[in-house]
Amino acid sequence: MNVADLIDLLLQHSPALIVAVPLLGAFITPLISRLNDKVRNVFVILTLGLTASLVFLLASDVFTGNIHTYIFGSQDLALPVVRILFEVDAMSAFMAIISVILSLVAVIYSWSFMKENTGLDKYYTLILLMTAGMLGMELTGDLFNFFVFLEITSISSAALVAFWTNKAKSVEAGFKYIVISTIGALFILFSIALFYGQYNALNMAMIASAMQYTFLDKIALVLLIAALAMKAGVVPMHMWLPDAYSKAPSSVTLILVGATQASLYGVFRVCFTIYGGAINLSSISIGWILVILGIITMLLGVAMAIIQTDFKRLIAFSAVAEIGYMLLGIGTGLVVMLNPEMTATGLAAMKGGIFHIMNDALDVGLLFLVAGAIYYATKETSLNKLGGLARNMKYTTVFFIIGLLAVSGMPPMNGFASKLLIYESTYQLNPILSIIAILSSIMLLAVFVKVFHSAFLGPALPKFENVKEVPKSMLIAMGTIATIIIIFGLFPEIIVNSIVEPAANALINYGDYVREVIPSFTGGV
Amino acid sequence: MSGMSKIVKTISSITFPLITIYGLYVIAHGHLTPGGGFQGGAIVASGCAMMLVSYGSIWIVSRVKEKNLSILESLGAVCFILLALLGLGFGAVFFNNFLVGTNSLFGVVPAAGSGLADINTGGVIPLMNFAVGLKVIAGLFGIVLVMAHASRTKGEKK
Repeated sequence: MNVADLIDLLLQHSPALIVAVPLLGAFITPLISRLNDKVRNVFVILTLGLTASLVFLLASDVFTGNIHTYIFGSQDLALPVVRILFEVDAMSAFMAIISVILSLVAVIYSWSFMKENTGLDKYYTLILLMTAGMLGMELTGDLFNFFVFLEITSISSAALVAFWTNKAKSVEAGFKYIVISTIGALFILFSIALFYGQYNALNMAMIASAMQYTFLDKIALVLLIAALAMKAGVVPMHMWLPDAYSKAPSSVTLILVGATQASLYGVFRVCFTIYGGAINLSSISIGWILVILGIITMLLGVAMAIIQTDFKRLIAFSAVAEIGYMLLGIGTGLVVMLNPEMTATGLAAMKGGIFHIMNDALDVGLLFLVAGAIYYATKETSLNKLGGLARNMKYTTVFFIIGLLAVSGMPPMNGFASKLLIYESTYQLNPILSIIAILSSIMLLAVFVKVFHSAFLGPALPKFENVKEVPKSMLIAMGTIATIIIIFGLFPEIIVNSIVEPAANALINYGDYVREVIPSFTGGV
Repeated sequence: MSGMSKIVKTISSITFPLITIYGLYVIAHGHLTPGGGFQGGAIVASGCAMMLVSYGSIWIVSRVKEKNLSILESLGAVCFILLALLGLGFGAVFFNNFLVGTNSLFGVVPAAGSGLADINTGGVIPLMNFAVGLKVIAGLFGIVLVMAHASRTKGEKK
């Protein structure tokens, strides 16, 4: 067997392997940590590295226009109704890339960041499980499977949020998260039951092809959007998010950003694919609901971020605001989808929203890592007590400036590219929307300039005299994300054309997704 | 948690093997009758929990280590995924039932129609049930053991 055959074989089996490799790694980790801590850390990084290379292999093929399906336990698609099916289109691959990059960076960061903690075998096991869950949510083509992976992600992330069990607030945040997740998961399970009762199917493509948009389907749509938006931290269901983000270890927060975005992906998959056929009837109202949720999320997130004095809580509220931009972009795309005069606007809005998913993960992720680095160096998160750190931590300061510019949408960082797409396209729908979006960005800039001033500038404080730059592994992790941010910012056109546009098209042309499983399907052209 | 009276201990010792055997039966017959790895594992673990209540966590912890239980739990999960990967290794797909039709271990295909159940069927499903059973026994018992031992009152430390 030569190399080309082997790569073909890997490509064919990659949807299953992408979930199986971290899952297997998760359960080998406790066995390996009996041997040696360093061996375990290397093993976890290698496992995620292998997963990442499989994701990139699969994505490189999917972005050329192929949709991959993988049927578990059988080679033919004789009975799609009962088979467990993975279906990977460009949108799934796009989300999988984000998740796997975040997880990989988080474990590199954890090497030094979590060194002092005990119970690290469980920590790494949970991180791998969470990664497997996120990737499963993004790759699966089966609604019940989606629910199962959602539960895997929620349970492992709730345990990780509460990882610092000696702090009462971490435990409280973890408890809040598990309660919210369970309620959300029950909503989803109920709507799956509604689908199964009507269409005898759990497969997303099957349901999409049979969708009648009955009264029960409307209830299911409301439940699905409510539950997934709750898990994505959309205002007014965001109350768990600032707690969970700010009380979890920074490396965990980075993956949590990925987990919320996997839920957001669920919202888009439900609106565009499962209800794709019903879109003639409802796209305008669903789109406007997403737009309004986005606007509220943006404004409230920024407004709450301004008044925070805790470093990580402040970033958590700005992460809430960033989610609003994605909803605004995709919602605008949904509103104008059927208007033939505004197809270009819709596509631009979708591209902006989808590109912003990746940019938000990188920008907010970098800021959280910087906050973690400051906590590691000073054991302090309150902005009132920090100051003058730029003297001691020059690399971290540079990374914070990059994150600051990126998150507030300043050129030449990546946030500018996606936000400009969103501003331009929403302006054509309604100028007020884009004015609010720009206003939120300006306020975000104000928030982070204040943080920059109070944490890094100012006179050297005597209590931080001995503060040193953080260890190499944390610098490597932050540097990796900062490099990606700058590359994306300098060449946004390449990224948008090569991976964002296929993802946007995959959402819009949902018929291709359905036809991959049900060849006789005629809608969605 | 300290132990209970001698009567409780004796009755528990008598019923523990019965509960265990019943649980193992549910695991082994998972592909034929209702139940399976998870349900049988939960039955065995509940038997272990009964021993924990009657003999007390201090007595149990001196004999069973939580570390070993967590190794067993990991082994169960690893076996499950390895079996699924073996399906891929035999030239087919992930989770492929590669043992069916080979007439080896659990590889017999039963005749169509009604008849007595044959335990020697099911391919990898019984093996996966064993793996899940191992994971559930070790996992559930480990959780109960740690919770009981962590919540013991101060005076009982010996």
